Amino acid sequence: MTVLAVGLGTLLVVPFIALLVDGGPLAILRGFECSLTLPALRLSLETTAVSITFVVLGGTPLAWWLARSKWRSAKWLETLLQLPVVIPPAVGGIALLLAFGRRGLFGGWLERLGFAPTFNAIAVVMAQIFVSAPFYLHAATLAFARLDHDLLAVGRSLGASPPRLFFRVALPLAKPALIGGAAMSWARALGEFGATLMFAGNMTGKTQTLPLAIYTALEIDLRTAQALSLLLVVFAFGLLLALRRINQAPAALGKGSSSSR
Amino acid sequence: MSASLSRLVASFDYAVDDFSLRASIEVGAETVALVGPNGSGKSTLLLAILGIRVPRQGRITLGDRVLFDAQKGILCPTEERHLAYLPQNYGLFPFLSAEKNVAFTIDCRQGHLGRPDRKRLATQYLDRFGIAHLAARLPSQLSGGERQRVALARAMASQPRAMLLDEPTAALDVGARDEVRALIRDSLRELGIPAIIVTHDFADVTSMASKLAVIEAGQLAACVDVAEAQRMPPTPFVARLVNAGATQAAAISPAG
Repeated sequence: MTVLAVGLGTLLVVPFIALLVDGGPLAILRGFECSLTLPALRLSLETTAVSITFVVLGGTPLAWWLARSKWRSAKWLETLLQLPVVIPPAVGGIALLLAFGRRGLFGGWLERLGFAPTFNAIAVVMAQIFVSAPFYLHAATLAFARLDHDLLAVGRSLGASPPRLFFRVALPLAKPALIGGAAMSWARALGEFGATLMFAGNMTGKTQTLPLAIYTALEIDLRTAQALSLLLVVFAFGLLLALRRINQAPAALGKGSSSSR
Repeated sequence: MSASLSRLVASFDYAVDDFSLRASIEVGAETVALVGPNGSGKSTLLLAILGIRVPRQGRITLGDRVLFDAQKGILCPTEERHLAYLPQNYGLFPFLSAEKNVAFTIDCRQGHLGRPDRKRLATQYLDRFGIAHLAARLPSQLSGGERQRVALARAMASQPRAMLLDEPTAALDVGARDEVRALIRDSLRELGIPAIIVTHDFADVTSMASKLAVIEAGQLAACVDVAEAQRMPPTPFVARLVNAGATQAAAISPAG
Protein backbone atom coordinates (compact mmCIF):
# COMPACT_ATOMS: atom_id res chain seq x y z
CA MET A 1 0.00 0.00 0.00
CA THR A 2 2.75 2.42 1.01
CA VAL A 3 4.62 1.73 -2.23
CA LEU A 4 1.48 2.45 -4.24
CA ALA A 5 0.83 5.66 -2.31
CA VAL A 6 4.40 6.86 -2.84
CA GLY A 7 4.16 5.85 -6.50
CA LEU A 8 0.99 7.86 -6.96
CA GLY A 9 2.44 10.89 -5.19
CA THR A 10 5.56 10.69 -7.37
CA LEU A 11 3.55 10.45 -10.56
CA LEU A 12 1.59 13.56 -9.56
CA VAL A 13 4.55 15.70 -8.48
CA VAL A 14 7.58 14.76 -10.60
CA PRO A 15 6.17 16.03 -13.93
CA PHE A 16 5.89 19.53 -12.45
CA ILE A 17 9.50 19.39 -11.27
CA ALA A 18 10.60 18.33 -14.75
CA LEU A 19 8.53 21.12 -16.27
CA LEU A 20 10.25 23.62 -14.00
CA VAL A 21 13.90 22.51 -14.28
CA ASP A 22 14.43 20.47 -17.45
CA GLY A 23 16.75 22.21 -19.92
CA GLY A 24 17.61 24.97 -17.43
CA PRO A 25 16.12 28.45 -16.97
CA LEU A 26 17.86 30.06 -19.93
CA ALA A 27 16.51 27.58 -22.47
CA ILE A 28 13.03 27.95 -20.99
CA LEU A 29 13.20 31.75 -21.09
CA ARG A 30 14.27 31.60 -24.71
CA GLY A 31 11.22 29.42 -25.32
CA PHE A 32 9.00 32.41 -24.53
CA GLU A 33 10.50 34.31 -27.47
CA CYS A 34 8.55 32.19 -29.92
CA SER A 35 6.10 34.18 -32.07
CA LEU A 36 3.20 31.97 -30.93
CA THR A 37 3.41 33.07 -27.31
CA LEU A 38 1.97 36.56 -27.15
CA PRO A 39 -1.05 36.10 -29.47
CA ALA A 40 -1.98 32.86 -27.67
CA LEU A 41 -1.63 34.39 -24.20
CA ARG A 42 -3.71 37.37 -25.23
CA LEU A 43 -6.41 35.27 -26.86
CA SER A 44 -6.58 32.93 -23.89
CA LEU A 45 -7.02 35.75 -21.39
CA GLU A 46 -9.57 37.58 -23.53
CA THR A 47 -11.70 34.58 -24.41
CA THR A 48 -11.72 33.12 -20.91
CA ALA A 49 -12.67 36.52 -19.49
CA VAL A 50 -15.68 36.59 -21.80
CA SER A 51 -16.64 32.96 -21.22
CA ILE A 52 -16.43 33.11 -17.41
CA THR A 53 -18.56 36.27 -17.46
CA PHE A 54 -21.23 34.44 -19.45
CA VAL A 55 -20.99 31.38 -17.23
CA VAL A 56 -21.41 33.38 -14.00
CA LEU A 57 -24.13 35.75 -15.25
CA GLY A 58 -26.17 32.95 -16.81
CA GLY A 59 -25.22 30.17 -14.44
CA THR A 60 -26.08 31.93 -11.18
CA PRO A 61 -29.81 32.43 -11.86
CA LEU A 62 -30.02 29.02 -13.56
CA ALA A 63 -28.44 27.34 -10.51
CA TRP A 64 -30.78 29.25 -8.17
CA TRP A 65 -33.73 28.03 -10.16
CA LEU A 66 -32.42 24.44 -10.32
CA ALA A 67 -31.77 24.38 -6.58
CA ARG A 68 -35.21 25.68 -5.65
CA SER A 69 -37.38 24.12 -8.32
CA LYS A 70 -39.93 21.63 -7.04
CA TRP A 71 -40.41 20.52 -10.63
CA ARG A 72 -39.24 16.89 -10.93
CA SER A 73 -37.74 17.41 -14.37
CA ALA A 74 -35.37 19.96 -12.85
CA LYS A 75 -33.34 17.07 -11.38
CA TRP A 76 -33.07 15.55 -14.84
CA LEU A 77 -32.08 18.83 -16.37
CA GLU A 78 -29.44 19.23 -13.66
CA THR A 79 -27.97 15.85 -14.60
CA LEU A 80 -28.11 16.61 -18.31
CA LEU A 81 -26.25 19.89 -17.77
CA GLN A 82 -23.40 17.93 -16.16
CA LEU A 83 -22.88 15.85 -19.30
CA PRO A 84 -20.04 18.00 -20.70
CA VAL A 85 -17.95 17.08 -17.63
CA VAL A 86 -17.94 13.38 -18.37
CA ILE A 87 -17.85 13.28 -22.18
CA PRO A 88 -14.50 13.59 -23.99
CA PRO A 89 -13.97 17.23 -25.06
CA ALA A 90 -13.54 16.08 -28.66
CA VAL A 91 -17.08 14.75 -28.57
CA GLY A 92 -18.19 18.14 -27.31
CA GLY A 93 -16.39 19.74 -30.23
CA ILE A 94 -18.18 17.53 -32.76
CA ALA A 95 -21.53 18.16 -31.07
CA LEU A 96 -20.94 21.92 -31.18
CA LEU A 97 -19.98 21.68 -34.83
CA LEU A 98 -23.16 19.76 -35.67
CA ALA A 99 -25.28 22.26 -33.72
CA PHE A 100 -23.73 25.63 -34.47
CA GLY A 101 -21.22 25.01 -37.29
CA ARG A 102 -21.83 26.56 -40.69
CA ARG A 103 -23.79 23.51 -41.84
CA GLY A 104 -25.07 22.65 -38.40
CA LEU A 105 -28.65 22.65 -37.17
CA PHE A 106 -28.59 26.28 -36.02
CA GLY A 107 -25.61 27.44 -38.08
CA GLY A 108 -27.57 29.40 -40.65
CA TRP A 109 -29.67 30.96 -37.94
CA LEU A 110 -26.59 32.18 -36.01
CA GLU A 111 -25.03 33.47 -39.23
CA ARG A 112 -28.08 35.66 -39.94
CA LEU A 113 -27.73 37.09 -36.43
CA GLY A 114 -24.12 37.93 -37.21
CA PHE A 115 -22.77 35.52 -34.61
CA ALA A 116 -21.39 32.87 -36.88
CA PRO A 117 -18.94 30.79 -34.84
CA THR A 118 -16.84 29.89 -37.84
CA PHE A 119 -13.22 29.47 -36.82
CA ASN A 120 -13.11 32.70 -34.83
CA ALA A 121 -12.99 33.88 -31.22
CA ILE A 122 -16.76 33.41 -30.89
CA ALA A 123 -16.27 29.69 -31.52
CA VAL A 124 -13.44 29.60 -28.96
CA VAL A 125 -15.66 31.23 -26.34
CA MET A 126 -18.55 28.86 -27.13
CA ALA A 127 -16.32 25.81 -26.73
CA GLN A 128 -15.00 27.16 -23.43
CA ILE A 129 -18.48 27.85 -22.10
CA PHE A 130 -19.63 24.39 -23.16
CA VAL A 131 -16.93 22.56 -21.23
CA SER A 132 -16.53 24.90 -18.25
CA ALA A 133 -20.08 25.99 -17.35
CA PRO A 134 -21.02 22.65 -15.73
CA PHE A 135 -18.31 23.15 -13.09
CA TYR A 136 -19.79 26.47 -12.03
CA LEU A 137 -23.38 25.22 -12.31
CA HIS A 138 -22.62 22.24 -10.12
CA ALA A 139 -20.91 24.29 -7.41
CA ALA A 140 -23.60 26.99 -7.48
CA THR A 141 -26.57 24.61 -7.47
CA LEU A 142 -25.08 22.70 -4.55
CA ALA A 143 -24.36 25.93 -2.68
CA PHE A 144 -27.90 27.25 -3.17
CA ALA A 145 -29.48 23.90 -2.25
CA ARG A 146 -27.49 23.80 0.99
CA LEU A 147 -28.43 27.29 2.12
CA ASP A 148 -29.92 27.44 5.60
CA HIS A 149 -33.67 27.35 4.96
CA ASP A 150 -34.34 29.11 8.24
CA LEU A 151 -32.23 32.09 7.13
CA LEU A 152 -34.20 32.35 3.90
CA ALA A 153 -37.47 32.13 5.84
CA VAL A 154 -36.26 34.79 8.26
CA GLY A 155 -35.23 37.01 5.37
CA ARG A 156 -38.70 36.88 3.90
CA SER A 157 -40.42 37.33 7.26
CA LEU A 158 -38.37 40.50 7.72
CA GLY A 159 -39.90 41.87 4.54
CA ALA A 160 -37.49 40.85 1.75
CA SER A 161 -39.13 40.26 -1.63
CA PRO A 162 -37.83 37.28 -3.65
CA PRO A 163 -35.34 39.39 -5.66
CA ARG A 164 -34.08 41.11 -2.51
CA LEU A 165 -33.80 37.73 -0.80
CA PHE A 166 -31.68 36.50 -3.70
CA PHE A 167 -29.33 39.48 -3.84
CA ARG A 168 -29.11 40.36 -0.14
CA VAL A 169 -29.28 36.93 1.52
CA ALA A 170 -28.73 34.01 -0.87
CA LEU A 171 -25.84 35.51 -2.87
CA PRO A 172 -23.80 36.65 0.17
CA LEU A 173 -24.35 33.28 1.89
CA ALA A 174 -23.30 31.34 -1.20
CA LYS A 175 -20.47 33.71 -2.18
CA PRO A 176 -17.48 31.58 -1.11
CA ALA A 177 -18.84 28.54 -2.95
CA LEU A 178 -19.68 30.64 -6.01
CA ILE A 179 -16.15 32.07 -6.15
CA GLY A 180 -14.73 28.57 -5.83
CA GLY A 181 -16.97 27.29 -8.61
CA ALA A 182 -16.11 30.24 -10.86
CA ALA A 183 -12.39 29.64 -10.30
CA MET A 184 -12.65 25.94 -11.21
CA SER A 185 -14.72 26.90 -14.21
CA TRP A 186 -12.18 29.48 -15.32
CA ALA A 187 -9.33 26.99 -14.91
CA ARG A 188 -11.21 24.49 -17.06
CA ALA A 189 -11.85 27.14 -19.74
CA LEU A 190 -8.19 28.21 -19.71
CA GLY A 191 -7.08 24.62 -20.25
CA GLU A 192 -9.71 23.82 -22.85
CA PHE A 193 -8.18 22.02 -25.84
CA GLY A 194 -10.23 19.28 -27.49
CA ALA A 195 -13.51 21.03 -28.16
CA THR A 196 -11.71 24.20 -29.25
CA LEU A 197 -9.54 22.28 -31.71
CA MET A 198 -12.58 20.57 -33.24
CA PHE A 199 -14.98 23.49 -33.24
CA ALA A 200 -12.81 26.58 -33.59
CA GLY A 201 -9.70 25.24 -35.26
CA ASN A 202 -6.05 26.13 -34.55
CA MET A 203 -5.23 29.44 -36.19
CA THR A 204 -2.54 31.64 -34.66
CA GLY A 205 -3.98 34.93 -33.44
CA LYS A 206 -7.54 33.88 -34.22
CA THR A 207 -8.40 30.66 -32.42
CA GLN A 208 -5.07 29.47 -31.07
CA THR A 209 -5.32 29.64 -27.28
CA LEU A 210 -2.42 28.68 -24.99
CA PRO A 211 -3.17 24.93 -24.92
CA LEU A 212 -3.41 24.85 -28.72
CA ALA A 213 -0.19 26.87 -28.97
CA ILE A 214 1.55 24.27 -26.77
CA TYR A 215 0.36 21.57 -29.14
CA THR A 216 1.67 23.48 -32.16
CA ALA A 217 4.92 24.49 -30.46
CA LEU A 218 5.73 20.88 -29.62
CA GLU A 219 6.28 20.30 -33.36
CA ILE A 220 8.56 23.33 -33.65
CA ASP A 221 10.48 23.54 -30.39
CA LEU A 222 10.13 21.54 -27.17
CA ARG A 223 11.35 24.46 -25.01
CA THR A 224 8.62 26.75 -26.32
CA ALA A 225 6.01 24.12 -25.44
CA GLN A 226 7.62 23.82 -22.02
CA ALA A 227 7.65 27.58 -21.47
CA LEU A 228 4.00 27.95 -22.43
CA SER A 229 3.10 25.01 -20.21
CA LEU A 230 4.88 26.63 -17.28
CA LEU A 231 2.85 29.75 -17.88
CA LEU A 232 -0.41 27.77 -17.55
CA VAL A 233 0.90 26.00 -14.44
CA VAL A 234 1.71 29.36 -12.83
CA PHE A 235 -1.84 30.61 -13.52
CA ALA A 236 -3.37 27.42 -12.18
CA PHE A 237 -1.20 27.30 -9.08
CA GLY A 238 -1.91 30.96 -8.31
CA LEU A 239 -5.60 30.18 -8.59
CA LEU A 240 -5.34 27.27 -6.16
CA LEU A 241 -3.47 29.43 -3.63
CA ALA A 242 -6.04 32.21 -3.94
CA LEU A 243 -8.85 29.69 -3.40
CA ARG A 244 -7.18 28.33 -0.27
CA ARG A 245 -7.02 31.84 1.14
CA ILE A 246 -10.69 32.50 0.34
CA ASN A 247 -11.83 29.22 1.87
CA GLN A 248 -9.76 29.70 4.99
CA ALA A 249 -10.73 33.30 5.67
CA PRO A 250 -14.25 32.77 7.10
CA ALA A 251 -13.23 29.62 9.01
CA ALA A 252 -10.32 31.43 10.66
CA LEU A 253 -12.65 34.26 11.66
CA GLY A 254 -15.10 31.84 13.29
CA LYS A 255 -12.32 30.04 15.14
CA GLY A 256 -10.71 33.22 16.41
CA SER A 257 -13.92 34.57 17.85
CA SER A 258 -15.04 31.37 19.58
CA SER A 259 -11.66 30.84 21.23
CA SER A 260 -11.66 34.43 22.48
CA ARG A 261 -14.66 33.72 24.67
CA MET B 1 -49.56 49.99 22.09
CA SER B 2 -53.14 49.22 23.03
CA ALA B 3 -54.43 45.72 23.53
CA SER B 4 -54.40 44.65 19.92
CA LEU B 5 -57.54 43.84 18.00
CA SER B 6 -55.49 41.53 15.85
CA ARG B 7 -56.25 37.94 16.55
CA LEU B 8 -54.33 35.14 14.89
CA VAL B 9 -56.69 32.40 13.79
CA ALA B 10 -55.27 29.38 12.00
CA SER B 11 -57.19 26.29 11.06
CA PHE B 12 -55.74 24.03 8.43
CA ASP B 13 -54.71 20.60 7.19
CA TYR B 14 -51.14 20.17 6.10
CA ALA B 15 -49.77 17.02 4.50
CA VAL B 16 -46.59 16.05 2.72
CA ASP B 17 -45.41 12.49 1.97
CA ASP B 18 -46.15 10.52 5.15
CA PHE B 19 -46.45 13.51 7.47
CA SER B 20 -49.73 15.21 8.23
CA LEU B 21 -50.85 17.88 10.62
CA ARG B 22 -54.31 19.08 11.51
CA ALA B 23 -54.29 22.27 13.50
CA SER B 24 -56.76 24.78 14.79
CA ILE B 25 -55.47 27.54 17.00
CA GLU B 26 -56.64 31.00 18.08
CA VAL B 27 -54.27 33.47 19.65
CA GLY B 28 -55.31 36.90 20.89
CA ALA B 29 -52.88 39.48 22.27
CA GLU B 30 -51.27 36.79 24.38
CA THR B 31 -48.48 34.26 24.27
CA VAL B 32 -49.21 30.61 23.61
CA ALA B 33 -46.57 28.00 24.31
CA LEU B 34 -46.67 25.14 21.84
CA VAL B 35 -45.39 21.81 23.08
CA GLY B 36 -45.39 18.27 21.73
CA PRO B 37 -43.13 15.29 21.06
CA ASN B 38 -40.30 15.59 18.52
CA GLY B 39 -41.50 15.43 14.95
CA SER B 40 -45.10 16.14 15.91
CA GLY B 41 -45.17 19.19 13.66
CA LYS B 42 -44.56 22.15 15.97
CA SER B 43 -42.12 23.82 13.60
CA THR B 44 -44.33 22.97 10.64
CA LEU B 45 -47.19 24.81 12.31
CA LEU B 46 -45.01 27.93 12.58
CA LEU B 47 -43.82 27.61 8.97
CA ALA B 48 -47.40 27.21 7.74
CA ILE B 49 -48.52 30.35 9.56
CA LEU B 50 -45.43 32.06 8.16
CA GLY B 51 -46.32 31.01 4.61
CA ILE B 52 -43.17 28.99 3.97
CA ARG B 53 -45.19 25.77 3.98
CA VAL B 54 -48.54 25.77 2.22
CA PRO B 55 -51.43 23.78 3.78
CA ARG B 56 -53.78 21.77 1.60
CA GLN B 57 -56.90 23.10 3.20
CA GLY B 58 -58.01 25.71 5.67
CA ARG B 59 -57.71 29.36 6.47
CA ILE B 60 -55.31 31.60 8.35
CA THR B 61 -56.25 35.13 9.37
CA LEU B 62 -54.54 37.84 11.35
CA GLY B 63 -56.96 40.50 12.54
CA ASP B 64 -59.07 41.33 9.50
CA ARG B 65 -56.38 40.23 7.05
CA VAL B 66 -56.65 36.87 5.31
CA LEU B 67 -53.18 35.36 5.07
CA PHE B 68 -54.32 32.09 3.57
CA ASP B 69 -57.57 30.68 2.30
CA ALA B 70 -57.41 27.42 0.38
CA GLN B 71 -60.97 27.68 -0.88
CA LYS B 72 -60.65 31.22 -2.21
CA GLY B 73 -57.11 30.58 -3.42
CA ILE B 74 -55.59 33.32 -1.27
CA LEU B 75 -51.91 32.99 -0.39
CA CYS B 76 -50.36 36.13 1.06
CA PRO B 77 -46.58 36.08 0.47
CA THR B 78 -44.43 35.68 3.60
CA GLU B 79 -42.87 39.12 3.27
CA GLU B 80 -46.29 40.77 3.37
CA ARG B 81 -47.59 38.87 6.40
CA HIS B 82 -45.70 41.01 8.92
CA LEU B 83 -44.88 38.07 11.15
CA ALA B 84 -41.60 38.01 13.05
CA TYR B 85 -39.97 34.59 12.97
CA LEU B 86 -37.18 33.60 15.35
CA PRO B 87 -35.79 30.19 14.45
CA GLN B 88 -33.83 27.97 16.82
CA ASN B 89 -30.38 29.31 16.09
CA TYR B 90 -31.42 32.96 16.15
CA GLY B 91 -31.43 33.24 12.35
CA LEU B 92 -28.93 36.09 12.18
CA PHE B 93 -27.29 36.72 8.82
CA PRO B 94 -23.68 35.67 9.47
CA PHE B 95 -22.22 38.10 6.92
CA LEU B 96 -23.85 41.21 8.44
CA SER B 97 -22.92 43.06 11.62
CA ALA B 98 -25.46 43.30 14.44
CA GLU B 99 -26.48 46.75 13.26
CA LYS B 100 -26.75 45.69 9.60
CA ASN B 101 -28.86 42.70 10.65
CA VAL B 102 -31.35 45.10 12.21
CA ALA B 103 -31.04 47.55 9.32
CA PHE B 104 -31.92 44.73 6.90
CA THR B 105 -35.55 44.78 7.93
CA ILE B 106 -35.68 48.56 8.24
CA ASP B 107 -34.46 48.76 4.63
CA CYS B 108 -37.27 46.38 3.62
CA ARG B 109 -40.07 47.88 5.67
CA GLN B 110 -39.13 51.56 5.81
CA GLY B 111 -37.16 52.05 2.62
CA HIS B 112 -38.64 55.54 2.26
CA LEU B 113 -36.44 56.77 5.12
CA GLY B 114 -33.04 58.22 4.31
CA ARG B 115 -29.92 56.20 4.98
CA PRO B 116 -28.88 58.13 8.14
CA ASP B 117 -32.40 57.73 9.60
CA ARG B 118 -32.39 54.01 8.95
CA LYS B 119 -28.97 53.65 10.56
CA ARG B 120 -30.05 55.66 13.60
CA LEU B 121 -33.20 53.56 13.94
CA ALA B 122 -31.17 50.33 13.85
CA THR B 123 -28.92 51.60 16.62
CA GLN B 124 -31.96 52.61 18.66
CA TYR B 125 -33.39 49.09 18.48
CA LEU B 126 -30.04 47.63 19.55
CA ASP B 127 -29.93 50.14 22.39
CA ARG B 128 -33.33 48.99 23.66
CA PHE B 129 -31.77 45.58 24.22
CA GLY B 130 -28.63 47.06 25.75
CA ILE B 131 -26.31 46.03 22.95
CA ALA B 132 -25.70 49.25 21.02
CA HIS B 133 -21.99 48.90 21.84
CA LEU B 134 -21.93 45.61 19.90
CA ALA B 135 -23.34 47.18 16.70
CA ALA B 136 -20.23 46.51 14.60
CA ARG B 137 -19.76 42.89 15.69
CA LEU B 138 -20.54 39.95 13.44
CA PRO B 139 -22.87 37.27 14.88
CA SER B 140 -19.89 34.88 15.15
CA GLN B 141 -18.30 37.36 17.56
CA LEU B 142 -21.30 37.43 19.91
CA SER B 143 -22.37 35.14 22.74
CA GLY B 144 -25.63 33.19 22.53
CA GLY B 145 -27.48 35.67 24.73
CA GLU B 146 -26.16 38.60 22.70
CA ARG B 147 -27.20 36.93 19.46
CA GLN B 148 -30.71 36.39 20.78
CA ARG B 149 -30.85 40.10 21.71
CA VAL B 150 -29.87 41.10 18.18
CA ALA B 151 -32.50 38.72 16.82
CA LEU B 152 -35.12 40.24 19.11
CA ALA B 153 -34.11 43.79 18.22
CA ARG B 154 -34.39 42.87 14.56
CA ALA B 155 -37.77 41.21 15.08
CA MET B 156 -39.06 44.34 16.84
CA ALA B 157 -37.71 46.53 14.04
CA SER B 158 -39.67 44.52 11.48
CA GLN B 159 -42.90 45.97 12.93
CA PRO B 160 -44.51 42.57 13.47
CA ARG B 161 -48.20 41.96 13.94
CA ALA B 162 -47.52 38.54 15.42
CA MET B 163 -44.41 36.74 16.60
CA LEU B 164 -43.40 33.12 16.05
CA LEU B 165 -40.52 31.76 18.14
CA ASP B 166 -38.99 28.30 17.71
CA GLU B 167 -37.27 27.11 20.90
CA PRO B 168 -35.82 30.53 21.74
CA THR B 169 -33.83 29.32 24.77
CA ALA B 170 -32.76 25.83 23.63
CA ALA B 171 -29.37 26.88 22.25
CA LEU B 172 -28.50 29.10 25.23
CA ASP B 173 -26.37 28.38 28.29
CA VAL B 174 -28.56 27.67 31.28
CA GLY B 175 -27.37 30.89 32.88
CA ALA B 176 -28.51 33.07 29.97
CA ARG B 177 -31.96 31.49 29.69
CA ASP B 178 -33.81 33.40 32.42
CA GLU B 179 -32.48 36.68 31.13
CA VAL B 180 -33.62 35.95 27.57
CA ARG B 181 -37.00 34.72 28.85
CA ALA B 182 -37.54 38.03 30.64
CA LEU B 183 -36.51 39.94 27.50
CA ILE B 184 -38.91 38.01 25.29
CA ARG B 185 -41.76 38.31 27.79
CA ASP B 186 -41.26 42.06 28.15
CA SER B 187 -40.94 42.60 24.38
CA LEU B 188 -44.13 40.67 23.70
CA ARG B 189 -45.96 42.52 26.45
CA GLU B 190 -44.83 45.85 24.99
CA LEU B 191 -45.91 44.86 21.47
CA GLY B 192 -49.25 43.43 22.63
CA ILE B 193 -49.46 41.04 19.70
CA PRO B 194 -50.25 37.33 19.33
CA ALA B 195 -47.21 35.12 19.88
CA ILE B 196 -46.55 31.40 19.62
CA ILE B 197 -43.48 29.93 21.30
CA VAL B 198 -42.46 26.38 20.44
CA THR B 199 -40.61 24.82 23.36
CA HIS B 200 -39.54 21.64 25.12
CA ASP B 201 -38.85 23.34 28.42
CA PHE B 202 -41.62 23.88 30.93
CA ALA B 203 -39.72 26.80 32.43
CA ASP B 204 -40.24 28.56 29.07
CA VAL B 205 -43.95 27.91 29.36
CA THR B 206 -44.38 29.29 32.86
CA SER B 207 -42.08 32.28 32.35
CA MET B 208 -43.36 33.55 29.01
CA ALA B 209 -46.75 32.10 28.12
CA SER B 210 -50.26 32.42 29.43
CA LYS B 211 -51.65 29.51 27.45
CA LEU B 212 -50.41 26.09 26.50
CA ALA B 213 -51.18 24.23 23.28
CA VAL B 214 -50.22 20.61 22.65
CA ILE B 215 -49.60 18.89 19.33
CA GLU B 216 -49.75 15.13 19.48
CA ALA B 217 -50.18 12.48 16.79
CA GLY B 218 -50.51 15.06 14.04
CA GLN B 219 -53.27 16.97 15.82
CA LEU B 220 -53.33 20.16 17.80
CA ALA B 221 -54.89 18.52 20.84
CA ALA B 222 -55.59 21.13 23.47
CA CYS B 223 -55.13 24.80 24.29
CA VAL B 224 -55.57 25.68 27.96
CA ASP B 225 -54.38 28.22 30.53
CA VAL B 226 -50.91 27.45 31.79
CA ALA B 227 -52.09 27.40 35.43
CA GLU B 228 -54.79 24.93 34.54
CA ALA B 229 -52.34 22.77 32.62
CA GLN B 230 -50.19 22.60 35.72
CA ARG B 231 -53.12 21.65 37.93
CA MET B 232 -54.69 19.22 35.52
CA PRO B 233 -52.42 18.28 32.57
CA PRO B 234 -54.62 17.70 29.49
CA THR B 235 -52.45 14.86 28.12
CA PRO B 236 -49.85 12.44 29.52
CA PHE B 237 -47.19 14.25 27.49
CA VAL B 238 -47.98 17.53 29.24
CA ALA B 239 -48.03 15.73 32.60
CA ARG B 240 -44.47 14.51 31.96
CA LEU B 241 -43.41 18.00 30.85
CA VAL B 242 -44.86 19.57 34.01
CA ASN B 243 -43.17 16.96 36.19
CA ALA B 244 -39.83 17.39 34.44
CA GLY B 245 -40.15 21.13 34.94
CA ALA B 246 -40.93 20.67 38.63
CA THR B 247 -37.97 18.31 39.22
CA GLN B 248 -35.67 20.66 37.35
CA ALA B 249 -36.83 23.64 39.41
CA ALA B 250 -36.38 21.63 42.62
CA ALA B 251 -32.90 20.58 41.54
CA ILE B 252 -31.86 24.11 40.63
CA SER B 253 -33.38 26.10 43.49
CA PRO B 254 -31.21 24.78 46.38
CA ALA B 255 -28.05 25.55 44.38
CA GLY B 256 -29.11 28.95 43.10
